[in-house]
Parts: sequence; structure tokens; C-alpha cells
Amino acid sequence: MSIGQLQAKIISNQKLAGHYGHLEFDSALIAQQATPGQFINIRVSDAVEPLLRRPLSIHNVQGSKVKIIYKIIGQGTQMLSAKQPGEFLDIIGPLGNGFAYQNLVQSKKAKSVLIAGGMGVAPLVFLAEKLKSSQPLVLIGAKTKNEILCLQEFKRLNCKLALATEDGSLGFKGRVTDLLKTILEKTYPEVIFSCGPQAMLKAVASLALKNGIDTQLSLEEHMACGLGACLGCVVLTKNGYKTVCKDGPVFAGGELIW
Amino acid sequence: MVKPIKPNLSIKLGALDLKNPVMVASGTFGYAQEFKDFMDLKKLGALVTKTITVKPRQGNIAPRTCETPAGMLNSIGLENPGVERFLQEKLPFLRKLNIPVIVSIAAEEAAEEFVDLAQQLDQLPEVSAIELNISCPNLDKSRLISQDADNTLEVISAVRKVTTKCLIAKLSPNVTSIVDIALAAQNAGADALALINTLGGMSIDVHKRIPKLGSWVGGLSGPAIRPVAIKMVWEVYNKIKIPIIGMGGIIDLDSALEFFIAGSTAISVGTANFINPKTSLEIISGLEQYMTEHNIQNLNNITGRLKACKD
Repeated sequence: MSIGQLQAKIISNQKLAGHYGHLEFDSALIAQQATPGQFINIRVSDAVEPLLRRPLSIHNVQGSKVKIIYKIIGQGTQMLSAKQPGEFLDIIGPLGNGFAYQNLVQSKKAKSVLIAGGMGVAPLVFLAEKLKSSQPLVLIGAKTKNEILCLQEFKRLNCKLALATEDGSLGFKGRVTDLLKTILEKTYPEVIFSCGPQAMLKAVASLALKNGIDTQLSLEEHMACGLGACLGCVVLTKNGYKTVCKDGPVFAGGELIW
Repeated sequence: MVKPIKPNLSIKLGALDLKNPVMVASGTFGYAQEFKDFMDLKKLGALVTKTITVKPRQGNIAPRTCETPAGMLNSIGLENPGVERFLQEKLPFLRKLNIPVIVSIAAEEAAEEFVDLAQQLDQLPEVSAIELNISCPNLDKSRLISQDADNTLEVISAVRKVTTKCLIAKLSPNVTSIVDIALAAQNAGADALALINTLGGMSIDVHKRIPKLGSWVGGLSGPAIRPVAIKMVWEVYNKIKIPIIGMGGIIDLDSALEFFIAGSTAISVGTANFINPKTSLEIISGLEQYMTEHNIQNLNNITGRLKACKD
């Protein structure tokens, strides 16, 4: 596998509900090589503000098309949301180590649970597609109904879905990890894949550990290079500091020291 | 019509010859392997490794970086595998590149560690030069070596005794007089100076009222510090004889030229490697084109040639 720095043409860039956006660009190099859980690093501006690239999960690929979703939080994602189809984006990717899912691909039985918090749905759609023959159970949690993303995409992949909102506007009322607790009373997945806020991942890891289930967690951290060179985006593990960008972003839950 | 002469980009740092004056700065390029997929590393004038210490260092607590206006703060804390693993795991790849490799070294506790490391590196033909990182702001120390002229003189003199390799002293901008420190480095026998390391900085998350960096304070780099670096290069250039490697916010040909005109013999690309890894290569080709267009044959016709002062 090789990493590329390329100018990729934007195919579409649409607003989703709330402060979210969905962007597609054309890159055969990234589309052909990317695996679920990997990310790309986008330069949103040629100017020196914002200075650094913005790392974003690969949401899915289709032919030579690569899809990402993003939440408009600051100046960088604001600029990204203003990009028009036909414009070019300076992208480095695909980066990082994704989910280890290969041994589950051929499985006809549901052996995995996917848990997303908020924006954490982004890489899990790509993963769900690879695992679709086993019809994984997908749990999505958010503060409120409007922030539950990608429902239709998971439905299209025939995933079993369970939803949780903190305000009870859709599905289970409460945290997605409380929902997971009730689910683990009756099902015993082999592995839990998860992406979302750190507090949620920590809760997922500890629940899984209690139940003897393996976890693969996709972490997020501020990055400078995205290539494992600057050693800025580290997370503490049982084997010392590891870079989220190169050693991760996916880590086994048992490896992390919270 | 006169046929344009191909410009000569080569320079000398002490006894070390570089085919072009563009290097990549310590800590911003890992051990080069991280960048091999998408750029031709062989074109670089030289590369400076991430700083090596005698023992492995695990570095500072996260978060280690944060973005600031036209710049970034870092407090990596010299995470590195230690000299032994560096020689085993990192140097073989660097050797194959066939470009000058400059190994950056630092001491954690005692200045003797510089001597120890320099002695080990002195034996190795694949190491072209040694950069003394006497200016890392991310060690838990109240005072850096390069914040004191006497300490600077002492440490560099001690290293000078054990190696004949090109010796580069990397200096801190966090001083009252950069010229005093530069003179001390020159008197101690340094072959070149690397100017500047990062500026001390801090940034606060106002919602949480906590520092954005895990270790509270760090070093500022990027275009934000360029004017500070340019001033220091210019001041030092006027007082010393050894060559200066200028750095601090170089992102393109123009910013590189600014450093040459201020008095740099070579330049180093740092933070820009994170944003556009090809920056250094673009500067090399840009420089060649610029010199051709302006009929400049040698870089010494640019270095320090600030017109207002010449007239």
C-alpha cells in the first residue's frame, strides 16, 4: 500500500441535517486502497489560516469515489463546507490502520456489534458494508434525533439497528452505552467496533471487558502531520505512547490506558 | 541571445558539501521513512533527524500539539527510541538515501551525554553532521544550555574535542541576546548555526479554562514566528563568520528567499512538512528557476545581500 498526496476533484458537497456535511471526491488511488477505519488528511486552504490539515474518516468508497462526512465546528470545516463541485482538494491518504475485520467477512452469523456516537458513524458505514453478509447489529447514539446520521445507509445494508438519544426523541432514552448494557444481557458478540467521543469509547471498552468481548476502537486526536512523523497525536497504551495517526486510529480497547 | 547558465545551488557547511541548500528540520520529518511514499527524498540537500537521546524517551503527555494563528504549538518532549535503536532501526533506511544525514542529539540530564552521543556518531560514515539540540523548550528544565553563553561554549567545546564531523548548534530564540549565544557557539568551534528553534508559547481553552497542551507550555512554530527568525538571522549574520541555517515558518520560495537575503547559507523547512510534505522540493526547483531568471550563478550572491545595507 502506498500513501498519496493528490489533487482530488470534488464531485458533490451537500449539507446534511444540523451542522453536518457530506462530500464526495474522485480518487481511484484512495478508493482502491482504503479500508474501513482509515482516514484522509485534507488541506482546506492554501493560506496559512487554518494552518494544519483536517483529518477525516473515510465514510465509504464506490468505484473511484470517496465519501466523507464532517461536522462544521470551526474555521477549517466551515471552509470545507463552502467547497463547490468541480473544485480540487489537496488530500493525503489513505492513512492509518483501520479495523481488523477480515475474519468476519465470510461470516453468515452476526458476530459483531458496531457502536457509533454522533459523528462516529462515519467510518462504521464503510465497515458495515464489508460485514453486510453477517448482518451486524448497529447501535447509534446521539444527543437528539437530528444528530442520528446515516440511518438510511445502514438500513440499505440490511443492518439490524438500535438507536439511543439522550433526550429520548428517537429510540432508547439515554446513552448508547446504557443501551449496549441491555443488549449484552441477551447477545454475546465476538467483537465490538466503535467510533465516537472518548468518554463513550471508554465506557464501551469497560463494558466489553467485563463481558469478555474484544473491542476495536477508532480514536480521534488533534493531528499535525498525520504521517507518524511529528508524534503529536499520541495515546497512552500498555506499550507506551502510540500515534493515533499511524499506529491507529483503531486500537484494541484492552491495549489502551485511559 | 545569451544562453542562460545553469545556477549552482551547492553550498558548504564547514567541511560538509550540500548539493543544494534546502534541508528539512529536526522533529518535523521523523526519520524520513514516513515521507517516502510521496516524495523523492534523494533530492533534498540534507535531512535532519528527530532528536536522539542516549536512552529512549517516551515524551510528554497528550495533547502535544495545538493549532494557533498561522502557527502551531508543540510539546512532544523529545520522544525517541534512544541512540541504540536509532542506529539499528532508523539509520539503515537513511543510509540508502545517499544524501547527507544530519543527526540531531540532545542531553536529558548531563551535558556529558552530548559527548557520549557525538563519540558514537563520529564513527559512522553515513552520518554527515551532528546537530546539537541545545534549545529544546520541552524538557523539564528551568534553563536551556543555549540560554547561557558560558554553557553553550562549554558544551560545544566538549563535543568539538571528540568529533571532526560538521557540528551544527541549534539555538533558542528565547534569549535576551542571540548574538552573544551565537558568538559563544562560534568560539567553541561550531561549524554552523541553526536559527531558530521554537519560541516559547501557551494557549488556553477558554471554555474549559485549561491549557490546550498537556504540559501547559510548548514551542511555537510556523509562519507566525518568521519575522522573529528573520531578525535573529540578520543580527547574527552581521556578527559571525560561520554559516547560518535559517528556519522558522518557511512555507514557499519567497519565505526561503527572505532567509537567504537575511544571511542564511542554507534553509530548513519545518512545520510546512506537515501541511505540504513537498514544500522542500518545491523550494529547490523554485530556487533554481529564480536564479536562472535573475541570472544569479551562486547562492552567495543572495546570502546576506540585503540592498539597504549594502548601499
